[in-house]
Amino acid sequence: MSKELIKYTLQIADNALVIGHRLSEWCGHGPVLEQDIAITNMALDHLGQARNLYQYAASLFNELAPDEQMQLFASTALQNKVAEGKPIDEDDLAYLRDSWDFYNTMLVEMPNNDWAYTIARSFIYDTYNHLFYTKLLSSADESLAAIAEKSLKEVDYHMRWSSEWVIRLGDGTEESTRRMQATINDLWAYSGELMIMNDTDKWALQHNIGTDLEQIRADWKLRTSAVLNEATLQIPADGWMHTGGKNGRHTEHLGYVLAELQFMQRAYPGMAW
Amino acid sequence: MTVHSFQEHFDEKMDKDQAIEAKDWMPDDYRKTLIRQIAQHAHSEIVGMLPEGNWITRAPNLRRKAILLAKVQDEAGHGLYLYSAAESLGISRDDMMEQLHSGKQKYSSIFNYPTISWADMGAVGWLVDGAAIMNQVPLCRTSYGPYARAMVRICKEESFHQRQGYEIMLTLANGTEMQKKMAQDSLNRWWWPSLMMFGPPDADSPHTEQSMRWRIKRFTNDELRQRFVDVTVEQARILGLTIPDKDLKWNEATGHYDFGTPDWNEFYNILKGNGPCNKERLDVRRKAWEEGQWVREAALAYSDKRRQRKEKKAA
Repeated sequence: MSKELIKYTLQIADNALVIGHRLSEWCGHGPVLEQDIAITNMALDHLGQARNLYQYAASLFNELAPDEQMQLFASTALQNKVAEGKPIDEDDLAYLRDSWDFYNTMLVEMPNNDWAYTIARSFIYDTYNHLFYTKLLSSADESLAAIAEKSLKEVDYHMRWSSEWVIRLGDGTEESTRRMQATINDLWAYSGELMIMNDTDKWALQHNIGTDLEQIRADWKLRTSAVLNEATLQIPADGWMHTGGKNGRHTEHLGYVLAELQFMQRAYPGMAW
Repeated sequence: MTVHSFQEHFDEKMDKDQAIEAKDWMPDDYRKTLIRQIAQHAHSEIVGMLPEGNWITRAPNLRRKAILLAKVQDEAGHGLYLYSAAESLGISRDDMMEQLHSGKQKYSSIFNYPTISWADMGAVGWLVDGAAIMNQVPLCRTSYGPYARAMVRICKEESFHQRQGYEIMLTLANGTEMQKKMAQDSLNRWWWPSLMMFGPPDADSPHTEQSMRWRIKRFTNDELRQRFVDVTVEQARILGLTIPDKDLKWNEATGHYDFGTPDWNEFYNILKGNGPCNKERLDVRRKAWEEGQWVREAALAYSDKRRQRKEKKAA
């Protein structure tokens, strides 16, 4: 049971880590000081959520039998730890897995490009995340339910912030409308994966730990449509949707995120910082 | 009141150590000097986000990453208080941005040095924030009220930053041989630039007397530099690191450390724009501002539309 639960927890954690990483790239480069502060704050929120989830996943991992631990990740650095009989921690999960062991959706790894792109990505994700965490409150897994409860206030703020920016840019100037529409159109194809049930999601649903993402989809559609309407933007048609990230098959972008994120741990392994 | 009596009233406040507030009369020179100093201070916070921001995506663990993010965010917050304090003197934030980008207003030269290893996050916190605190604590009682109040908040957070930086150094100093080497390398690079943060020697510092009278400055450059050296040498000893100054030694007679002379040619050269990162720092700030232009315009256009809709509804 724990193996599936670890994977499920990592799906949530990896989304948080990766989008937090992307938002943190804005720190010091925002369009206006107040928004620089706001976006850094959100990066911190996501990072904090990721840490709670990784700590939980690490504790579950440490309870597994060594042969199960060996099989769970392709990472030789993690396998070496297991071979040495050492427990793992939050940092090992973030810093020692390669992209095929990461289970985030591809949406969150997409690059920042510009403010419109960053807003569109957050808007699509935050709207989903709010609905998801709300459901997670009633998870049969007490730890996940507690993390959801702790995070929901932040997630609610994220959703309001990114929705307001979609409206502001969509209904702003000619240029901002054009940019906002283009990015919504671009990123729409990455929205579907958030709400597609993979085997891990199905397992979690069966055990009342997870939630039915297909049910979230309808609410997600309603909420995003309302915001896009208010923003005077066109709602893109639901065409082809990219999938793969949740099963460890990512875009080219994730590798670069990890190269940067993991640089210190890879260059100077096994040290305390 | 005549101008003469305005001046007398202002002088009286200075004599009595009372605060000048935004609506009080003040001499033009005082206003100009304060705008220059507060704007420069605000710009330093904003440009100062860049050398540390450089390591946010590469911090060695999640805890350090969170602390660093929070720290750089604090600096943005400091910039915000300081721009507001400067605005109370009658200059807009957009004007200050423009003057930063054109090079008319300056920022602290220390941020023109690169952060090339993780240990620099330790050294910058320990030395650069440490030197900044020495410079800034006296400003909590500076004559201009809005500036003094901003400084009280800023100093509280800066001393937290300094402890964090020192803690990074301490972890490295207690780490592997490689980590000690990384810490020493960083100290070697940041020591002299940190001493330069107090400005040129008193003999070459033109504004000091007037600034003392206005309580914009309360101690001389050399006094503060000495205080910094005395405190920091002890801290380095605890870390087991060596201060890169062969002239450094305790002086029984003065009760202070004697120390060598920073390379003032380097200091003036960086002021002229020739530091390792001068161009890059300004280019990055300009780029953020220019690329944010359409965003700021959109936000403005949207709030105008909203107001118009509201007025229409009300009518």
